[in-house]
Amino acid sequence: MQRPPRFPLIWVAIGAAALLAVPWYGLDDRLSAPALFAGVPWLWPLALPLLLSLCAVFGRPRPHLLIAASAGGLLWLVLQGLLIIHRGWTYAWLIELTGGSGPTQPAMGWGAAVYALACVLLLAYGLACRGFCKGDVFVAATLLVVVGLIALFVFYPVLCILASAVRDNEGGFAPEQFLAKLLSPSIWSLACLTGAHGCGVAWNTVAVAALVGVLTTLLGLAFALVALRTHMPMKPLLRALSILPIITPPFVIGLALILLFGRAGMITMWIGNLFDIPRSRWIYGVPGITIAQVLAFTPIAMLVLLGVLQGVAPSLEEASQTLRASRWYTFRSVTWPLIRPGLANSFLIGFIESMADFANPLVIGGNFNVLSTDIFFAVVGASHDQGRAAVLAIVLLAFTLTAFVAQRFWLGRRSYATVGGKGHAGIPAPLPGGLRIACYGVIVPWLLLTIAVYGMILIGGFVVSVGRDNTPTLEYFWTAFSIEKGVGGWFLSGSAWNSFIVTIEIALIAMPFTAALGILTAWLLDRQQFPGRRTFEFLAMMSFAIPGTVIGVAYILAFNVPPVSLTGTGTIIAISFAFRNMPVGIRAGLANLSQIDRSLDEASLTLGARSFRTLRRVLLPMLRPAVVTALVYSFVRAVTAVSAVIFLVTGRYNLATVYIVGRADVGEYGIAIVYSAMLVLFMMLVLLLIQLFVGERRIGRRVDVPPIDAPATALAPA
Amino acid sequence: MTIRAVEFRAVSKRYGAVTALETISLAIDRGTLVTLLGPSGCGKTTMLRLIAGLEQASTGQIMVEGKDVTLLSATERDVSMVFQSYALFPHMTVLENVCYGLRASGIRKSRAVELAQAKLSLVGLSGYGARLPSELSGGQQQRVAVARAIVLEPKVLLFDEPLSNLDAKLRRHVREEIHELQRSLSLTVIYVTHDQQEALAISDRIIVMSMARVAQDGTPRGLYEQPNSHFVADFIGDANIVPVVIEGRQNELASVRLGPLQLTLPHHGAVAGPAELSIRPQAVLLSRGTSGLSGRVERAAYLGSHMEYWITIAGLDKELFVIAQDVMAPLGVGDEVSLTFGRTGVALVPREHLELG
Ligand SMILES: Nc1ncnc2c1ncn2[C@@H]1O[C@H](COP(=O)(O)OP(=O)(O)O)[C@@H](O)[C@H]1O
Ligand SMILES: [Mg+2]
Repeated sequence: MQRPPRFPLIWVAIGAAALLAVPWYGLDDRLSAPALFAGVPWLWPLALPLLLSLCAVFGRPRPHLLIAASAGGLLWLVLQGLLIIHRGWTYAWLIELTGGSGPTQPAMGWGAAVYALACVLLLAYGLACRGFCKGDVFVAATLLVVVGLIALFVFYPVLCILASAVRDNEGGFAPEQFLAKLLSPSIWSLACLTGAHGCGVAWNTVAVAALVGVLTTLLGLAFALVALRTHMPMKPLLRALSILPIITPPFVIGLALILLFGRAGMITMWIGNLFDIPRSRWIYGVPGITIAQVLAFTPIAMLVLLGVLQGVAPSLEEASQTLRASRWYTFRSVTWPLIRPGLANSFLIGFIESMADFANPLVIGGNFNVLSTDIFFAVVGASHDQGRAAVLAIVLLAFTLTAFVAQRFWLGRRSYATVGGKGHAGIPAPLPGGLRIACYGVIVPWLLLTIAVYGMILIGGFVVSVGRDNTPTLEYFWTAFSIEKGVGGWFLSGSAWNSFIVTIEIALIAMPFTAALGILTAWLLDRQQFPGRRTFEFLAMMSFAIPGTVIGVAYILAFNVPPVSLTGTGTIIAISFAFRNMPVGIRAGLANLSQIDRSLDEASLTLGARSFRTLRRVLLPMLRPAVVTALVYSFVRAVTAVSAVIFLVTGRYNLATVYIVGRADVGEYGIAIVYSAMLVLFMMLVLLLIQLFVGERRIGRRVDVPPIDAPATALAPA
Repeated sequence: MTIRAVEFRAVSKRYGAVTALETISLAIDRGTLVTLLGPSGCGKTTMLRLIAGLEQASTGQIMVEGKDVTLLSATERDVSMVFQSYALFPHMTVLENVCYGLRASGIRKSRAVELAQAKLSLVGLSGYGARLPSELSGGQQQRVAVARAIVLEPKVLLFDEPLSNLDAKLRRHVREEIHELQRSLSLTVIYVTHDQQEALAISDRIIVMSMARVAQDGTPRGLYEQPNSHFVADFIGDANIVPVVIEGRQNELASVRLGPLQLTLPHHGAVAGPAELSIRPQAVLLSRGTSGLSGRVERAAYLGSHMEYWITIAGLDKELFVIAQDVMAPLGVGDEVSLTFGRTGVALVPREHLELG
């Protein structure tokens, strides 16, 4: 008889411990007894898969049995969790069938989590024995764990939205109500075209998003053209512009716009006094939302288009010119067709970002609602209509996913530009005169506006009342950030400290998980072959296109009640950060991996190293830039996020952004803006420090990712 | 039965609709240097990767040292590979690179360093252990890659076009070094190249591949002197392929008519009727007499060590390419010459049984 392999034995033991020694229900409070001692008969069958697994590894290895047993264990775990919840049977037909409300159980806890992990790993082992993932247990296990996590924290919640949309508020199945809500004129009405009433919220959203997409693309293009095709020294400016939106929570721009152009805004007052123009509320609504979003998202478009434009080989334009084409003709017939797919891409990105933006419409939208704010009010407002929230979320999701699918499949095949644009000698053609003047004409006012906005963010909180009374004051700063000496020594008495510290704490906790999840996923996608790889890639990247508001609603619907109950905890906030920001890690990892020749992994494998060692010793040291990027981004994006977490915060776990939006909502602009300024400065400090330590010069890039270090500067592992 | 170092039993490899290898069966003896030779895309790298375990065969069985390894991963096979790009880990020193495989197989660090140093000095790089790969020249990197592979004392050592990143001068030198190393350590080496000179120079045996199949398998001399197909004749060395007629066969010999000339050659399975003759450029003897085929010099080129001529022959619609050693009294363009053939370098090629690539 062969000695049984260690891996499955260990995980059978851990699974058994989960049933025998770890509290099955509850995560931090109200912990229960372990599964087998909780007096819950439907948990007893969970022991069976472990016994069968044991049989499958002792003696002749029987991977089939192992696969069946562990899959059965998982299935049973999920089924009992979905069918039996805190108020009895979940489904009406079960109540009818059994004639009673059925047994009850609270939400699953640590025991269930450990048991699920053990089953997943046993399943991975069994599959690997059957040749899955080339028989590599580590790869199979990583793959299954990542897929399981994405399924639990991205797809299960989104499915919960769908499920909740087809039910009435009492939980009964009500497809007619769903249809009524889905087709409601409040969503789809086109009345504004005839001028009678406002249009439905879906059309409002689409119109603003399309407008923002077009404007950001044009501005981004103007910037890219000026940066690459004129002699204007743009490097430092571009750098600043690419960093600022990353460290600025998006709604801060809306806030600054109100302080500049609102009824009592600085510029409004100034112009009003100068020309005697009556002050108006024009900024609230479409103009404000559009300007704020264009300010916020143009840098992204700029980075995309810089990449696209760099990819147009100068030799092509030179060829055109030697063929007697004029500059204008060259631009129109060579450059323009080559960058057109890039423009469409940039438009779609702007479109998706605008649709997903929640905080700017909230702050500056006035009476003009878009889908994301409507969802929010449906959940927290007086009506408290979760069904309506779910329907709106479905509509929003449909729009963003359509744009995402278009971006990936339709554009994916149409990009001629080779990003990076290596190996093409030649000097890019300068811009035709008229175009150059047009670019400057667009950029200069826009830059002035940006400067005004950021100036307002920095100083707005240090005057009594912007516009009306510009006397400097530290009042707001002290209210938010005072430190006092009390009986017990120094303490942070300012009103902002609590949310600030909680934010940093949760962002730091989420950071390593986000990066690990992203980089591991990238590694699976780029370096491993397994059935369904393309689907996996699509689904992993898709979570990027799910608007935060949708995720927020989904998490409330999914994790408020058993089988998994997490709302009200800091954990759920950290989880939402991890899965919202994971795609950043995936992108950074993919970009970095594509620069590492595959023969390095293969050399390691032929030298007898297993995939885990190869990943740790060979790839990870070279993936350092991607790891740093993923860490930094997951932190910064967590700190600036607002849309998903606004649904998830509680009194105990309040976050900086949510606190600021709350202040702005009740008109306390002083504190809101002072806090925003501090947040922006803090993040800038973090980036500077990281740059100092890591020496990584291009952290600020959002779209493309820095190349790997020269080998000589890379760390050699001990 | 002796145990072979590597054996393929009806192995095929497909990537979707592309067939990279089509039902290959062959065996490679221990301690020999075997070259896989063929044009780009014919499946050489695929074959090597199948042996290394970097790809899984679609059908068939692969044996290494008598053991079925078809389902084993690269990690589990006792086979090392020197990559075309060398694949040295850029973030590890030379010594760390060479130690890597030893450490991965659980050998103590001090022992690993000792073994690695020994192999580094074997390839002439003792004292370079602390450098990073980026601080070495191409030839030195190549030697590190070799040291890293042989330190594990693999059953089979694979080279995928190891010289393609070196400049022409260095190539001959490194080629001889590899050959020398293989002989002194009695390694089983499988060596991929698309350069026929390289293959002829170092191989015990050459496997010529074409379009996912083995075109011919034999010693360098055998392949050069007796190619079994148009493809092989053309691929190994230059050859003039001319149509001939086999008029009769007797024992091992066939009588062949080429224009007015009657030749007697080993038939190697060719049957009576139309056939092809492969004529090496050196095998054509030119004279001003009238004893052989009469031809006319169309072009001539002086190459220092020899002359190259293109000759037209009446009744043959192809020019013959001829190399002549006499550079002192060269022929001129337009000269009438008489052609005869030497004893070696002329061979009958059986009717094409292989699609031409
Ligand atoms: N991963 C792959 N996917 C699809 N086709 C491949 C792959 N690898 C090789 N091929 C195809 O298999 C054939 C043989 O390739 P290869 O073994 O690399 O050729 P060689 O090394 O002789 O130049 C080629 O037609 C190539 O296009
Ligand atoms: Mg090759």
